[in-house]
Amino acid sequence: MLSNKEIFETIDMVEKEHLDVRTITMGISLIPCIRESAKDTAQACYDRICSYAENIVKVGDALEKEYGIPIVNKRVSITPASLLTANFSGQETVLAKKLDDAAKNVGVDFLGGYSALVQKGMTAYERSFIESIPEALAITDRVCSSVNVGSSKSGINLDAVALMGEIVKRTAKRTEATDGFGCAKLVVFCNAVEDNPFMAGAFHGVGEAEKVINVGVSGPGVVHYALKNNPDADISQIAEIIKKTAFKITRAGQLIASEASRRLNAEFGIVDLSLAPTPVMGDSVAHILEEIGLERVGTHGTTACLALLNDAVKKGGVMASSKVGGLSGAFIPVSEDYGMIEGARCGELTLNKLEAMTAVCSVGIDMVAIPGDTSAETISAIIADEAAIGMINNKTTAVRVIPVPNKGVGDFVEFGGLLGRAPIMAVQKASAAKFIRRGGKIPAPIHSNKN
Amino acid sequence: MKAVVTVIGKDKPGIIASVSGLLAEHSVNIEDISQTIMSGNFTMLMYADLKNSDLSLAALADLLNDLGKRIGVSIHVQHEDIFNAMHKI
Repeated sequence: MLSNKEIFETIDMVEKEHLDVRTITMGISLIPCIRESAKDTAQACYDRICSYAENIVKVGDALEKEYGIPIVNKRVSITPASLLTANFSGQETVLAKKLDDAAKNVGVDFLGGYSALVQKGMTAYERSFIESIPEALAITDRVCSSVNVGSSKSGINLDAVALMGEIVKRTAKRTEATDGFGCAKLVVFCNAVEDNPFMAGAFHGVGEAEKVINVGVSGPGVVHYALKNNPDADISQIAEIIKKTAFKITRAGQLIASEASRRLNAEFGIVDLSLAPTPVMGDSVAHILEEIGLERVGTHGTTACLALLNDAVKKGGVMASSKVGGLSGAFIPVSEDYGMIEGARCGELTLNKLEAMTAVCSVGIDMVAIPGDTSAETISAIIADEAAIGMINNKTTAVRVIPVPNKGVGDFVEFGGLLGRAPIMAVQKASAAKFIRRGGKIPAPIHSNKN
Repeated sequence: MKAVVTVIGKDKPGIIASVSGLLAEHSVNIEDISQTIMSGNFTMLMYADLKNSDLSLAALADLLNDLGKRIGVSIHVQHEDIFNAMHKI
């Protein structure tokens, strides 16, 4: 039988330490919805999403009530949309609008997969699709977009990197009235994964089954609290405490995931073992690092503490779930993490330190606000640096930056809700334009040659 | 289906009576009960069986939540599987 201590530990995790299942994401294959025209394809996609995901919110709410674990978001991810729009280049936004309608109809807060995978090359229809992203993000509320520009296997498509710098700028301009909010829904990846449940980068890969449930767990507050209770632990004990805590958090996610897939008649995909922060106090990854012994996140030692945290989360989580996938690690989105916001505000956390941190955790330069006058080439260069880290280290990296129109270093931008608020962070001054404009591909690294 | 009911709050007469009364009204059987004062707080833990109950777990959760608000304590009811998953291998 369970001990009282164990039961109240779980209650405390939920009540005081913000334990939650961050998202239940249903991946849906839309390949069978491809038609000749934009209108027919959009309608077929709409119908399929509305039918497959009809009960996702209802089931999520019921599970939350029965198990007493908050399930914060219910979401949908779809087949990369560039594969659906090949027949009607130039009219891609017809699909985007209909996807937004479908998301609203089933009641999910985001739908991911307005995406293209161009790591090795870009077809004409993919270029046309990518060109449609700024408009698609401006005319929709819930559609999220991602583009994969590199991989360890194929290298980095510098042409795509250059284009994405432009697309990020155009998206910011097109959504100027909301401080470039469109960019918060746009991720540029290297080594994108096909089963990621988290937004804005979720899409449903072509190697996936027809209808899949992927679950992202969370709980930075729980880890923080566990460390707080052991102020004198040495660093190996810290790793052990994190492992044990991650195990418990993930087991809760595993239970919800298997039950959700059963009730929704979908395949159980993966549990993503992630520590995903929210902007509220007590739910911060940065505060875990500070609890380990940093005065402020971003100072020297941050990368080492984060490496330990990320690794311990994976080790604890991997035994707790039958299927692990997605991004699985600690997230460090600046605007969505109370401690990160503080670190950036007081200047201790810089873009360069963030870049180093991304080498040891998932995912990348995430939800970082930069000056509105940052050039497209500089944004491309930030993307190139991140992609290089991902490519060489065989890991997923991403860039989600918001060049906030008409704002500069020292200003703040508010996105609200889970997306939080962020100080505008400085970028390097010198130009990388010549490098970006060279075009071509950065060859895959030597260690990609494993066959 | 087995569920765990937890009650946390300031101690006062009648907490157990109100909770167990509500459970009895809906044919929820109490299999085990323990109560203690932890750091000044009244805490009670019940193992309940909903096999013969007219209520779903979700509906019971709503009723207990309302009762908790009325008598000024926090009441949760959760499927026992969540605790087993998190604490037992």
